[in-house]
Amino acid sequence: MGEAVLLASGEAIAARRRFRVLRKLLHHRSFMIGFIVVAVMVVAALAAPLTGIDPDGMRFRARFRPPQGAFLFGTDQFGRDLLTRTLYGAQLSLWIGLSVAVLSGVFGAAIGVLSAQYRQLDSPLMRVMDALMAAPAILLAIGLGAALGPQTHSVIIALAVAYIPRTARIVRSSALVTRELEFIEAAQVSGASSVRIMFRHLLPNAAGPLLVQSTFVFAYAILAEAALSFLGIGPPPPAPSWGNIIAEGRSYAVQAWWIMLFPGFAISLAALGMNLLGDGLRDVLDPRLKVES
Amino acid sequence: MYRGILMRLSQAVPVLLIFAVMVFMLMHLLPGDPALAIAGPEASAEAVEVIREQLGLNRPILVQLLEWFSHLAVGNFGESLMLKQSVVSAVVERLPVTLSLSLVSLVITLPAGILLGVVAAYWRSSWIDASVMVVALLGVSLPGFWVGLLSVLFFSVHLGWFPPSGYAPLDETGLVAWLASLIQPAVVLALFQIGFLARITRSAMLDVLDQDFIRTARAKGVDEWTTLAKHAFRNTLIPVVTVLGITLSLLIGGSVVIEQVFALPGIGRLIVQGIMNRDYPLVQGTMLLFGFAFVVINILVDIIYTLVDPRVRYG
Repeated sequence: MGEAVLLASGEAIAARRRFRVLRKLLHHRSFMIGFIVVAVMVVAALAAPLTGIDPDGMRFRARFRPPQGAFLFGTDQFGRDLLTRTLYGAQLSLWIGLSVAVLSGVFGAAIGVLSAQYRQLDSPLMRVMDALMAAPAILLAIGLGAALGPQTHSVIIALAVAYIPRTARIVRSSALVTRELEFIEAAQVSGASSVRIMFRHLLPNAAGPLLVQSTFVFAYAILAEAALSFLGIGPPPPAPSWGNIIAEGRSYAVQAWWIMLFPGFAISLAALGMNLLGDGLRDVLDPRLKVES
Repeated sequence: MYRGILMRLSQAVPVLLIFAVMVFMLMHLLPGDPALAIAGPEASAEAVEVIREQLGLNRPILVQLLEWFSHLAVGNFGESLMLKQSVVSAVVERLPVTLSLSLVSLVITLPAGILLGVVAAYWRSSWIDASVMVVALLGVSLPGFWVGLLSVLFFSVHLGWFPPSGYAPLDETGLVAWLASLIQPAVVLALFQIGFLARITRSAMLDVLDQDFIRTARAKGVDEWTTLAKHAFRNTLIPVVTVLGITLSLLIGGSVVIEQVFALPGIGRLIVQGIMNRDYPLVQGTMLLFGFAFVVINILVDIIYTLVDPRVRYG
């Protein structure tokens, strides 16, 4: 009976804490701006088929139309509608960003928690992470992307691998702090297995920094994907990735500046939205890292 | 001190070894047959076989790896297939371009970033502070290559102020032409680092301004300028030094992409050309040299850190 009351109140406290975090987020300006920007982009990406235009459909009589009237963003060298291509590009870019964030989050969390829990794994795992960080992330992604071939999934794998080490380090340092706390000792004494400690205690306590980091990885991934596409290592043309549209528009930049203008705005807006979202999450979930004061 | 540096160096050895193995494995994942790519589409099967034999591609991968390592041990980073020269000499030829770009960019970034950070911290929550935060946010949100392309379109094509692309070597064309060819890409690169550095400086400065010794300095009547310059600023620099390594690595990483935009014949362009031409010894060797450079930079930054902050000692 007494234990049940304790448990119930424990759950109530947890529920109240979740509610408080949610309320703080709703009142956080940059979080809400970021959230709205990202939400609008997601809706726009999903609404892409509503333009009723084939993103790869060429109309040679409508080449290089400046942005006006029927062509809000203008048309490119093949007469393809740039608004439609930018919207389909949003699907591709957001998909790549999400996949990279999730993959690097999952593998980074696993590596981080494992090296915090099993001390003999720590040194080898961290040396491999250091080695992955020996070159700048974008360079590693260029090398990996090239090795795996110009495909959407190789871009995702390349970027995920490039960002795993940073996430792993963040989760590891959080888990190392948690491990020293008394309740871990209590759990060990009461017979909790290592697996239980990792999943039940170390991981949930690292969830805040992990979520914040993954949000930033989402933003990096959108920017890096565009850079890789620009270098010719992205999803193969005619895929309407934002980086591809800019790369193709580059040759016609002087006479048709609009080709590379709008996808660039789209990239900036998406990355800006994710960064604002991440800043807000960091302020609320991880007050130790708070930069604004 | 020397023992600390030696220890730091010994820690770097396994990292570099693992990095070397990873780069090697990476390049052996490359799709397509390099022997076929070099021989060209019209080559006979025998010719392809001869090239494969020459490159040792028909031997077991472990043998190739060991051979590569034994070459590395004597400083042989391999031969470029497309350039028909050694990777080291190819990199050395292009090093001045990438170094010039990174240095000019760093010379813009450091004073601008630190100054903005200090100003933002001193006038906390003012419009200046807010603007610095916006600059920092844009620096992590805009795609650098796109800003570079727009900049070329505006400043080179429209206004005609700078050459749109290409590099003017310092020793051949003189200081003015050299700077003119670099200033645009360097500023574009710097724009993305200034915000980051300003943010770090700002939070470091805010921490320092909260300290007791600042209050003491003010209380005993030290004038505000001296308080800031001598007491606050010097202590602010300590955390700023730690991010120098990150700043440099971001600058050089960014230069890989920016070199493409401005057609600067640097190391980044070399790597991308190598990838396009399946010149895997070139890509492999250049990536490895890059990795070595970064590990060395980070060790140097650590050493500077101990010099700047006497409290830090290697354990």
